Amino acid sequence: MTQENHNSKSMFHGFWALTNRDLKKWYKEPVLLFMSIIQPILWMGLFGKAMNLGAIFTNNPIQLPPQLLSSFTPEQLTLLGNYFKSLSGAIMQNTFGVNDYFSFMAVGMLSFVVVFTAMFSGMSIVWDRRLGFLNKALSTPVARGAIIMSKVLNSVLRSLIQAAIVVMLAWLLGMQFSASFTPLNLLVAFAALFLMCLGLSSLFLAIAIRSTRWETQMAVVNLLNLPLIFTSNALFPTNFMPDWLQTISRINPITYGTDAVRQMLILSPIDFGKLGMDFAFLGGFALLFAGVGIILSIRYLSR
Amino acid sequence: MEDVIKVEGLTKVFNGSLTAVDHVDFSVHQGEIFGFLGPNGAGKTTTIHMLTTVLKPTEGSGYVCEHSIKEEPNEVRYCIGVVPQEYTADEDLTGIENILLCADLYGIPRSESKKRAKELLELVELSQFANKKVQTYSGGMRRRLELACGLINRPRVLFLDEPTLGLDVQTRAATWNYIKRLKEQFDMTIFMTTHYLEEADNLCDRIAIIDHGKIIKLDTPDALKESLGGDILTVATKEDDDDVSGVISKIPRVKEVKKQDSTYRVKVELGEETAPSILSALMKQGITITKLSLSKPTLDEVYLEYTGKTIREEEGTDMRLQRMFGRRAR
Repeated sequence: MTQENHNSKSMFHGFWALTNRDLKKWYKEPVLLFMSIIQPILWMGLFGKAMNLGAIFTNNPIQLPPQLLSSFTPEQLTLLGNYFKSLSGAIMQNTFGVNDYFSFMAVGMLSFVVVFTAMFSGMSIVWDRRLGFLNKALSTPVARGAIIMSKVLNSVLRSLIQAAIVVMLAWLLGMQFSASFTPLNLLVAFAALFLMCLGLSSLFLAIAIRSTRWETQMAVVNLLNLPLIFTSNALFPTNFMPDWLQTISRINPITYGTDAVRQMLILSPIDFGKLGMDFAFLGGFALLFAGVGIILSIRYLSR
Repeated sequence: MEDVIKVEGLTKVFNGSLTAVDHVDFSVHQGEIFGFLGPNGAGKTTTIHMLTTVLKPTEGSGYVCEHSIKEEPNEVRYCIGVVPQEYTADEDLTGIENILLCADLYGIPRSESKKRAKELLELVELSQFANKKVQTYSGGMRRRLELACGLINRPRVLFLDEPTLGLDVQTRAATWNYIKRLKEQFDMTIFMTTHYLEEADNLCDRIAIIDHGKIIKLDTPDALKESLGGDILTVATKEDDDDVSGVISKIPRVKEVKKQDSTYRVKVELGEETAPSILSALMKQGITITKLSLSKPTLDEVYLEYTGKTIREEEGTDMRLQRMFGRRAR
């Protein structure tokens, strides 16, 4: 039995095996996949459709006081009516960049899916620690960084697949792609989501790396999920927020991720300066936290 | 004899205050089964975690297969196999998928690992369950699967942490057979922990009794028992008013005589050889012997002697501590 092993000494061995271990649980149980996208579907279907901001202007007969109406001639009223109609379109265009709120928030939901999946990535390492699998993995020559990065990759792949499903559903529910939209745009949009998820997953795994209690992880997720969404442009543009909120939104990676995806999918024309800024921020964010995750796992996985 | 594991002054302190393992020295020879015997919370698992490079020692040195656990942990990892206390196999995967996952963690090429997985499943008699999900396995099957995973890299040293914890008597005996076979067929060195005295007695070539993080006594099971000072002869006589304690105690190798009613408890060295001399001495005195029994000291008594308590007493009080401590340790 005892003999010289001719094993791979590559830094990456076991990386895909560990990733696939987590992915298998998911793709072998379609129920889990369904559960994880049910929330964004509900948000889009209920919130997105209910918050029909465009209809405030177009589909909303207002009873004006008679004394106000009597000061105008019927011709003037028609002119005014046309004026406000085009004004409302301009307001929507100015505020959301598109004519309908649904398209705006559907893109926000892509970020929502990514954020939620990334947040729960920390949970699986807590479970591995509790069930003893982590200790077993640590006693094998698999790279410490691979243990963490496999969790990150698992979370990234999951969220991108979910995002793809959400895009399709959003399109079915009536999301309007921009005139300049091509399949290539979709690829760039997913690159932005990839970077955002890479950074966020690494961040949440770094938080969970020494934790033995999944309750703590749940608390962190519950504490942070909505603030992260609300301090970004996922559901509402940031330029109407108070200054302090705008400042927070400027360091929130979700703002940049969502903007990049929006530019690619629904906005026209594309603001390439802003897009470049989005990718620069997301790239830096992903690199920083992936690096932090690897360093922490080398330092702290074994104590 | 070659030492496969060599440990000097190994110490682990958690959070700066809880000393789980306290300056422990020992070495394990090639091809032996070495046992750590002690109650829960004595520091057995922490020692295994340090030797398997899961935990970093606070102090002291340890060498496994001539590699330092501190400086060359990765070299150590390639030569060891670990079977943890917990069931670590993934419930959602099948038996064979779990073994192949372990193989991947060692970077064993797929062509090779498939072959080995098949052999190992045969060894632990799980071949017919290879493609069943682990959720459907019984406790004994899971233990065997863990054993197979621990052997996938053909280790020189196998670490077994409480290998029969929670198993029924039959499954336990079967597991002992697997372990013995590994030693006999493959000359594998095995380091195991247990808090079952029978298990240590049955399997181990040498035993270290550990309590509160310190090794109290280290020797072969037989030497440990002998160190108690001998066997117990129980002699019952017909004539209960004649005290023959004086007669018995004059016989060579008799160390102590206690009389209870018509029965004498005699502590002797080499019980089998001393018993006939006692018999003939008493018969010369005209005493009729109605009963004679010889009992060898058990590890139970050894444990009692060196820790001052029985292992079962200890368990009750230490369980809470262990739970508290176990959570921190993992």
